[in-house]
Amino acid sequence: MKPCYINSAVSISAQDTLNDSNFLENTISFEGKLAEAIHPNYKKFLSPIASRRMATAVKMGVAAAKKALELAKLEMPDAIITGTGIGCIEDSEKFLNAILDNDEEFLTPTSFIQSTHNTVGAQIALTLKCKGYNVTYVQGAASFESAVIDAQLMLHENEANTILVGGTDELGKFLINDIIFAEEAEEHPIQTPFGEGAHFFSLSSYKQTNSFCALKGLKIFNKARTDTIETKIKAFLKENYLVPEDIDAVILGKNGDAFDVLYQTLQDSIFRDTPQLHYKHLCGEFFTASAFGFWIATNIIKQQQIPDVLTLNSIAKSSYKNVLLYNQLKGQQHSFTLVTSC
Amino acid sequence: MDALKKELKESIIEQLNLEDFSVDDIADDDALFGDGLGLDSIDALELIVMLDKDYGIKLTDPNEGKAVFVSVEVLAKYITDNRTK
Amino acid sequence: MSKNRVAITGMGIISSIGNSVEENLHALLNNKKGIATIVNIETQHKNEIKVGEVSQTNKELAKSLDLDEKHNYSRTALLGCVAAKQAIKDANIKDIEAFKTGLISATSVGGMDLTEKHFQNYNEESRKLINSHHAVDSTEKIAALLGITDFTSTISTACSSAANAIMLGARLIKSGQLDRVIVGGTDGLAKFTINGFKTLMILSDTHCTPFDANRKGLNLGEAAAYLVLESDVVVKQEKKTVLGYLAGYGNANDAFHQTASSENGEGAYFSITKALKIAKLNPEHINYINAHGTATPNNDLSEGRALKRIYGNSVPDFSSTKAFTGHTLAAAGAIEAVYSVLALQNNVMFPNLNFKTAIPELNITPVTKLTKKPLAYVLSNSFGFGGNCSTLIFSKK
Repeated sequence: MKPCYINSAVSISAQDTLNDSNFLENTISFEGKLAEAIHPNYKKFLSPIASRRMATAVKMGVAAAKKALELAKLEMPDAIITGTGIGCIEDSEKFLNAILDNDEEFLTPTSFIQSTHNTVGAQIALTLKCKGYNVTYVQGAASFESAVIDAQLMLHENEANTILVGGTDELGKFLINDIIFAEEAEEHPIQTPFGEGAHFFSLSSYKQTNSFCALKGLKIFNKARTDTIETKIKAFLKENYLVPEDIDAVILGKNGDAFDVLYQTLQDSIFRDTPQLHYKHLCGEFFTASAFGFWIATNIIKQQQIPDVLTLNSIAKSSYKNVLLYNQLKGQQHSFTLVTSC
Repeated sequence: MDALKKELKESIIEQLNLEDFSVDDIADDDALFGDGLGLDSIDALELIVMLDKDYGIKLTDPNEGKAVFVSVEVLAKYITDNRTK
Repeated sequence: MSKNRVAITGMGIISSIGNSVEENLHALLNNKKGIATIVNIETQHKNEIKVGEVSQTNKELAKSLDLDEKHNYSRTALLGCVAAKQAIKDANIKDIEAFKTGLISATSVGGMDLTEKHFQNYNEESRKLINSHHAVDSTEKIAALLGITDFTSTISTACSSAANAIMLGARLIKSGQLDRVIVGGTDGLAKFTINGFKTLMILSDTHCTPFDANRKGLNLGEAAAYLVLESDVVVKQEKKTVLGYLAGYGNANDAFHQTASSENGEGAYFSITKALKIAKLNPEHINYINAHGTATPNNDLSEGRALKRIYGNSVPDFSSTKAFTGHTLAAAGAIEAVYSVLALQNNVMFPNLNFKTAIPELNITPVTKLTKKPLAYVLSNSFGFGGNCSTLIFSKK
């Protein structure tokens, strides 16, 4: 696959990440179970008439998407590809409660219309009047990566030159409490809080003056075991003409649950002498949290430094050229993502 | 009639999430759709439910709404003539 | 651009008109529609709507899959597993790992049928069902059943979802990323969707009448269908029987309204045009169109306008099969992909049931009777909320 150039990276998360000048300098730590996003003033991004029906994920998504286009100096992308794990849960909950509370009577359409998983992608298209390719992926923790793979394929096959790609998830108000209850009943539950956020990136098939790094490789797969993960990652690197020693930083989706053993296996073996990073203590666990990791990877290459708050070991490199991400959830929805300088 | 119009304006603002509007911003004869308040077909469906729930008026065809939701003035008159609660 | 062809070597389906490909074909050939009063879901609206329900209950579906009584499968997952299993069998796949095999599934409602039963009162027992809510859940269960460990993804673009799953699968084969991919979609009926469409006032209280001047709206349906797509290499090496090919695909956004289609069918026009371009075909090469044709006033007019923009007054033979199955939402694109391949295989066009009068603005008449005709290319449309428009083109050779 040809490299995809990354021309902008935007994050709305539980940290102050929408502020360009700040690369995780003053981070917040969380006491509770939730890491809610820090919201910008959405009036800067959306007219009141456009935003009046939008729930959190849609507002975050459209705002992050607009900013990503602005930073990339791109008016109209050829395609819009998004990912979300839980979808528009706020409106789903609103409509479910209305059905149950009123016994199927006096229901209004707005929350139903806004509850479909493709609402964010659709609203971005509608806002931009973008008639190009538009798809939404809902592959749990590999939702964002599914979207990026599609984008990579489009650019590779010359089906598009510029693509807006992103991931969005919101916490919602009800189901999340039961999800937390269920998780806490596990033997080794997730230790990070649960989070939300929107992350958007502008990709192009050609290098622009504002291209600051490139996506070199991306693989998603459904299953892996601790005894096969090392082989899989080596094969992935080999496909990209690299060996583990070439990796300048490895960003791991650790969340403290029993499946962290998959990451630990790599930390103790092929990446023993590589700078090892984690991030979910900062953004919380959510299906598209790995897009926060991807945002970190692009920033490490851009800024050539790693904030202390991310490090798992004391190894540092003089320069950061190849950054690898590995994420999975409960031993499923694995992804390897390779970001390089360009 | 004036009380009904005020009530309608309040309901419209709340039901349609027009958070930047107040009752005084909507004149009785302002067009609700198109160039006026800028409401759309989804709002029309919301207003149909409001008619049913608050005034006991059932519209079965969304197209019937077009003649009714012209303005607060027209809507108030329609409700006065047809309400069952 | 790569030159790999995308062969269809297996199909599986479960819908309101049958539990297998053979049963579906039999129903289509004999005007047997699956639209009736709802049975499996308790709803206030049961006398005001008609639906296309799969006749088997969850219990029966679970039994056919040998599931433990305490399983956590949503209806969407159950239907998906049944259809995907058939597709693998039909493609005569013995060793799933023998080639680089992926799975791309589509769903819109996911496990909402379970969520809506427990939402306001989850307890220790029912919380085990929470993860079945997520859209990815049915895909994971199908992957586990088929033994797929490699590329697995899920698409949700409302009623065009499965068409997009088929499209991605084709692109992954064409570019050589995968040798084989199982693609399709699944959606079970849920109170959530019934009430949602009810609020939009686009549900018909009687049998739906696609492309009819007096159409009153759609009938919801539930279904699942999967197709096995394989590369030339696999077909050659395994001496596979090819049922048909996926020749073209197009995806565009209407960018007009969150739910309604534009008056001039802009998105549909673009998706059809793109699909023809990928297939390297002229519009007149298409012998038959399986239209989206939901029977809502808005869709049929908009889709018809898009067809007229392309074809003027010589629109090819077309019909909507939604009066047989109901609108099966995220699964529709896969259901109609199966029907398109069946049309090609049998050189037959399925009737657009319940049609009486042409829409005056369009003046186009669908195929209303089962009609034999040699078919080389069949085009299938699927459109969804959010302006998502997708078109697939199937070919015999």
